Formats: sequence, structure tokens, C-alpha cells
Amino acid sequence: MSTQRVAITEYLEIDLGQERWHCRRCGHDIAPARSNYKEGLLVYNRDPREIHRPILDDSYPFTYAPDPKWCRIIEFYCPSCGTMIENEYLPPGHPLTHDIELDIDSLKERHGSAEGKANAAG
Amino acid sequence: MGGDKEKSIIEKFLEDNVLFLGPDPDIMEDHSVVPTTPREAAALKAFTDTETMNLVRHKLQTACNESFDMVEQMGAAPGAKWGDLISGVWTANGDLAMASMGGVLIFSVLTQHPVKFILKYWKDDPTVGLKDGDIFMHNDARYGNIHNTDQSLVIPVFHNGELICFTGAIVHEGENGAIEPGGMPSAAESPYDEGLKMSPIKVGENYEFKRDIMTFLQNSVREPKLQLEGMKSKFFAAMRMKSRVEDAIAEYGVDAVVATLRKTLTDTETEVRRRLTCWPDGKVRTNVFADGTLRENCLIRIRCELHKKGDELIIDFRGSSPEFLNRPNNTVLASLKGMLAQEFLSFVWPDLPRNQAVFAPMTVLTDRKSALHCSADAPNAQSMMTFFPGFTAIQIGVPKYLYSSSHRATDVIGGWYNMIVTFLYGGINQYGELVGNVCADLNGMGGAARWNRDGEHSLAPVFAPMADIGEQELIEEEVPLIKIVPHKLMTDGEGFGKFRGGHGYQQIATMKDSSMWGFMCCSIGSKFPSTYGIFGGYAPGTLPLCKVKGVNVFEVMKDHRELLRYSIPEIMNERPFPGAKYSTHHMGLQLEFAEPGELYMITQGGGGGYGDVLERDPALVSKDFLDGLLSMRSVQQVYHVVLDEKTGAVDQAATDQARQAEREMRKSRAKPYHEFVKEWETEKPPRDVPFYGSWKDRSLLYRGSPDDTCPADDIRSVMMPNPKDVRIAELEAQLESLRGGADVERAHRRS
Repeated sequence: MSTQRVAITEYLEIDLGQERWHCRRCGHDIAPARSNYKEGLLVYNRDPREIHRPILDDSYPFTYAPDPKWCRIIEFYCPSCGTMIENEYLPPGHPLTHDIELDIDSLKERHGSAEGKANAAG
Repeated sequence: MGGDKEKSIIEKFLEDNVLFLGPDPDIMEDHSVVPTTPREAAALKAFTDTETMNLVRHKLQTACNESFDMVEQMGAAPGAKWGDLISGVWTANGDLAMASMGGVLIFSVLTQHPVKFILKYWKDDPTVGLKDGDIFMHNDARYGNIHNTDQSLVIPVFHNGELICFTGAIVHEGENGAIEPGGMPSAAESPYDEGLKMSPIKVGENYEFKRDIMTFLQNSVREPKLQLEGMKSKFFAAMRMKSRVEDAIAEYGVDAVVATLRKTLTDTETEVRRRLTCWPDGKVRTNVFADGTLRENCLIRIRCELHKKGDELIIDFRGSSPEFLNRPNNTVLASLKGMLAQEFLSFVWPDLPRNQAVFAPMTVLTDRKSALHCSADAPNAQSMMTFFPGFTAIQIGVPKYLYSSSHRATDVIGGWYNMIVTFLYGGINQYGELVGNVCADLNGMGGAARWNRDGEHSLAPVFAPMADIGEQELIEEEVPLIKIVPHKLMTDGEGFGKFRGGHGYQQIATMKDSSMWGFMCCSIGSKFPSTYGIFGGYAPGTLPLCKVKGVNVFEVMKDHRELLRYSIPEIMNERPFPGAKYSTHHMGLQLEFAEPGELYMITQGGGGGYGDVLERDPALVSKDFLDGLLSMRSVQQVYHVVLDEKTGAVDQAATDQARQAEREMRKSRAKPYHEFVKEWETEKPPRDVPFYGSWKDRSLLYRGSPDDTCPADDIRSVMMPNPKDVRIAELEAQLESLRGGADVERAHRRS
């Protein structure tokens, strides 16, 4: 069985043989490649002001910080190494985004050929 | 009995008696390249020498660049001076085959519509016609282009009586006689508030402008001399291009030119399709939220699903917000396509020729009467407020294909800053003339981080990789707009990440020596960031409009130079001018007259970050801290780097420890996906945030309230209340409450 892994993002790769998402930092087996990789990650709802600090004093209605009633940062971490694999800026309660849904059969076919082995950023 | 015949008679009658030649959906919704005509096929058969064809192509490309330079040098409009234009050659079918390398590349995919309109409706119309020496113009976005501050001019090129091509230019001219000066009225509540609306129109014959039409156009805008000058510069550029085409015909033959234009389009589309096959097949989804209409804050969802299969890319925006019938933030579908093409022309395949075939393999799906496919009844002067977010939606999605692509022409990059943070102005200048336009500072948008390096500071606008921000001193020679601080980078303005986005600059403006002067601003992103990072990189923060009113800083500082502050935070937090009123707002400012020495302050945005902040090289964090780009709070609480505040020396061991602690914190505070979703997701949008667009189901759109919906395939346009009426109602409610309280108190006393 092939164990070739294809880097899909900075932190995610797909094991074509096992058809699994893996963390590229620690190798953690995240989720089936045909499913939403986020389902295998830890998720945190962050107040955006923790990252984007208010630069103006709080007497002003607009301070350079996002409004936490309108905007939350949803952070996705590898359960093993804690790397932040993705994040989303969403209104409170907004459904999370299933952002990557690749055609795994096509990917396997592509990387079975020489063409797919050039994977520069990976 | 005879039903078909009867129908045919009625249809013929209607065809022969069209009461108004409005925007033609067959032209406006089709961005494909016209199939090779028999004439082009004959030329391709007659002229097969690829080496010579390459020469012809370079000759025409050089001519495009030459005429671009001409307009840039001759044009009086600020937009022309900083490159908000392109010049090009259209085929005899109306497709843009070649365009200048610099300038606003959006135009590359949306200048064909007015030319096709001329060919379809005017060429054979006995009252208009199309002949040698004719000059056509156009500016209404519903017939093509981006918004009606842009004016296009084309002329036909004939050879021995045969139409060979068109040449011309399109320029952001600015002032257009709208409800507000400057050409991009955020106060417009209908297309008729947006000023001059030229459908494609013949403005000249025999290589001369018709004086009556010229006068009409000048009479329709606040800057009649600018209108004249803009028309002349575009016309001379078109004429220069025409003479270069004629030179090429004389040197290589007419078939060579026809074949070269055709093959340039065909080859471009073929190459784009080939490159798309290098991407993995599958779907990528993104969500972007525009946080206002420029009149009020609200959340406007831009829902995007990319579907790449083989050599095609489908870009599906269905489920995005409905259109706003009395706000100008709506996008004509063709304008959206132009901006989407910018992603491929600037950020993915900048090595490809600039022409409309670049976008031909893409399909765009939208809901009719949505904010990204608005009706002709909806104003569109500020369409950037929805099509820039539409662009960002694909810009942060494409890296998820590109990272594993077997071919790349550029680096994988995050979300570029995407808003036009600058001042529009209108009023009487120091020479006593009425003027209205936009400052070129909008071009200093912060660059996004790439997979291998940080983003550049205030580099270029998202819609034009090669455009200038202008010289403040030259601007001050023409208009009474003074920059106390013209361009100072903003601390913590970046999108944090393993590689950070570039910063944007602060602009502190005021007015001097004018009897009447007003400012406008037109950007979103004061409550919700407008662009984003990728692969764990953060977005940049949000940005306010800040004002200091009720003070003349020139008077106050005359003998008190110590009052001067060099940044917006210092002015707003320290409040150095006694008695002045300090306030912050969202960045949609309708024309507001200023008194001399009052301050208007805005901040250009930064680019999105790339990757996890905990992977950023501490030495880079230290350098940014020493350069004033990063606060100690962000050093410690975002990057988790330990360094010496005075020297910037990094304590590597302590940093490793801090970062490991943060990783452990992440794991302890976060929840498994399904547990999180159960607590997080709601069935409907929040009641206290006006939300527009789909939530869970893309076929059902919300219209500002969880109780107000419409089907996506049968949209009810949104009518927003006047923000002043909303404010009056709030104040009346407060007044009523106070009165009620007073009545209760009086009754209490009596008893």
C-alpha cells in the first residue's frame, strides 16, 4: 500500500494510501481524507480583542479592535502538537466552514503519475 | 390554430419596436471569448509564421504600453496620474485581445461589453452607424466597466473598408456629477444619484469630438475642464494605438494583425486551462463578511464555493447577501468577474497576457438581485464594498488548491488588504475652482504574507499591482488638502502569523485656505476585518475613521508646537487640543464640510498573515518591535516571544518555554470539534446583529433580522432606513423614556 503523503496546506497533508489527513508538524492522524479535516481538530472561540487589541481608549465606539458581538475568531488546533492549523473569523453562531473537500480519487490518480510529485511549497 | 405564427408576429413587432436599449443581459452576463470567425480562421490559415506572429504581438503590446504612458502623463484626473487605467486593442468582435501591462487589471475582463453593444446595436443602426473616424464613449457600469467614475473611449480601426479592431482606453476620471463630488458617491440611493450615465454613445466623427455632445458631458459634471481633458487624452492614446496597428498592417499584412489578435486570445485561454489542470480537483469554501454599506454597519455575507474539475473552475457565490436597493454597495455581475480575474492576473499567473481570455475558463454562479449580481435598479457606485470582499473570498480559497499544484507561477499568498482607505474631496480649491476627486493614497494597501516571507508595507492596491500613491506636495499644489501626517505606518496593523502581513499607513488630513471644503471616506472593516490570513495566520485588525472637530490646529499650534502629535493613537488618546471634540466612526463618511484645521484621520489596512504565530522567527518579531511595527503586548501575547524591551535581544530559552506553554494552553482551552459545534452553532443569525445572506441553508437569505427571509432564487431587495431617521427614533425613544420617568417622578411627588 502506498504511503505517499501530499502536502495540501502549510499544516495538512493527505496520506494517499491510508486516505487520512495528517498534521505536517507532528504527523498526528487527524481524520479521514474524504471527510472534513476540522472534525479531527480542537476548536476554540476567541474574543478578537485578545489578538487585535483596542488601540484607542474604550470611551470610543471604534478602537481598531473588532467588535466581539459581531466577530469571533474560531481557532483550530492539532490535538497533538497544538499547532494552529486554521482559523476563521465568523459572526457568533455562524456554521463553521467545511473549507477543503478534495476529490481523493483524482488526487490519487494525479500523484500516481510523475507530474504530481513536484510539490514545491511542500 | 396559428399560435406559432401569431407569436412570431408579436415577437417581431416587439423586436422592431424596442422602447429602450437598456443593458443587454446577453452581452453583460457572457464573459466568454467570441468563437473564431471565418475571417479570423482565414487569417490564421494565411498567416502561420509563429516567429513573426510573436513580433507582431510584441509590437502591439509595446503600443498598448506606450498609449498607457501617454494617458498617464497627459491625464489630469488623479486616477490617470497614478495609473488607474488601461489601454488596449479589441478584436473586430469586441473582445479585448491585448492590454497595457500596468494599471488596473480589472478592466481587462470588463471592457468588452460596451464594444459588443456598439457592434450589436449601433453598427447597423442608420441613425448611429460605425465608420472610420468615429469616437465612442461609455461610463455606465450597467453596460460594462466597474462604476461610472470610469470612462472608456474606443475608436474603430478599418483597413480598406474592413473593420479590423478597436483601440482605446479606460480611465478612472473621478468627478461625474453625482450627488456627492468625486465620482464615487456613498450617499447615492438610486442609479440616478450617481451622476453621468453614458450608455455606449458616439461622441465624435471624422476624428473630432462633436462640440454639442462634449458640452453636454461637460455640463453634467462639476469639473468640465477635467471632462474635456480626459476625453482628449484617451482619444490621443487611441489614435496612437491605431497608428501602431496600421504600421503593423503595413509591415506584416492585415492577416498578420487579425491572426495575432485572435491567436493571443485562443492561446491565453488554452494556457489557463492547462494550468488549471495542475490544481487538485475538488471544492474549497470560504466565507467573507462585509461589515457595512458605508451608511451603516451591518453584516453582509459573501458565501463562496470554488469547484475545480479538470480544466474548469466554477466560482459559486449563491447564498450571498441580497442587493440593497437604496445603497451603492451593489455589484454588477460583470464588475465582479473583472475583480475576480484580478486574482489570476496579479496573484496567480501574472506572466500571462492581459486580456479577457484569462477568465474564460471560469464560471461564476450568483443569485439574481443579490449584492454580487444586482439589478439595473440598484445603485453601484461603491460596488467595491461587495466585490472586493468577493475577491478576497477567492483569494483566501485559491491557496488551498495552489499549495499542492504541480505548477505555480507565483508564491502562495494570504489575503491582501482590500479597501480603498483614502479621502475623497469636494469644494473650492485655492484657485477658486470647484473640484471633486479622490486621493491616490488608496493605493498603499498592505501586502499579504506569503508562504516564505512577510508581506510588504503599503505596497499596492489589490486591483492594480503597478500604481502610484502620488506625491503629497503635488496634491497640495492643486487642492487645499493638507496632510499633517501623510504616511506613517501603524503599530500592530499587520495580520499576525508565521509570516506577517505588511502594514498600512496612517493619514491625518486637514484643510486650509478654502471657503468650502468637504471630505468623504468609503471603506468597510471597522467592526469586522475585511481581509484574512491563511493557514492559521490572522487577519489584520479593524479600522476606524477618527475626527477632531471644533479646533483649528494651525491656530492652536502656532505658538504651541508641543501640541503636535505624530500618530492617530496619540492624538485620540492624549486629546492634546483643549475644547476640541474627539470622535470615532465607521469609515463610510458622506460629504462633510470641514472647517480649516479640523482633523480627519484614517488608517490604511494591513495584509493577512500566513501560518501559526508560534512559528514566527523570534528575531523577526524583535526587528518589528524595534522598528515600531509591533507593541510589546503583541510581542508577548500574540507571538509569545520574550525579549529585552531596550535592546530587542531575544531570550530564546524563555521564548521556547512561553510558546510551549501556549501550545499546552491551546489544547486545554479548546474543545473537540463536535462538542464545540453543538455549543457554537445557532439555527439563525443573532438578533442583535443585522445580518444579510444565507446562514445554514444557501437557498434561504436573511434580510437583516432572523425573522425576515426570502428565497435565494426570488430575492426581495433590501431597502435600508435612513441612518438619520434611525438615530432620531433612538433619541425620541430616549426622550420618551426620560419624559416617562419625569412623569412618574412628578406623580410620585404629588402622592
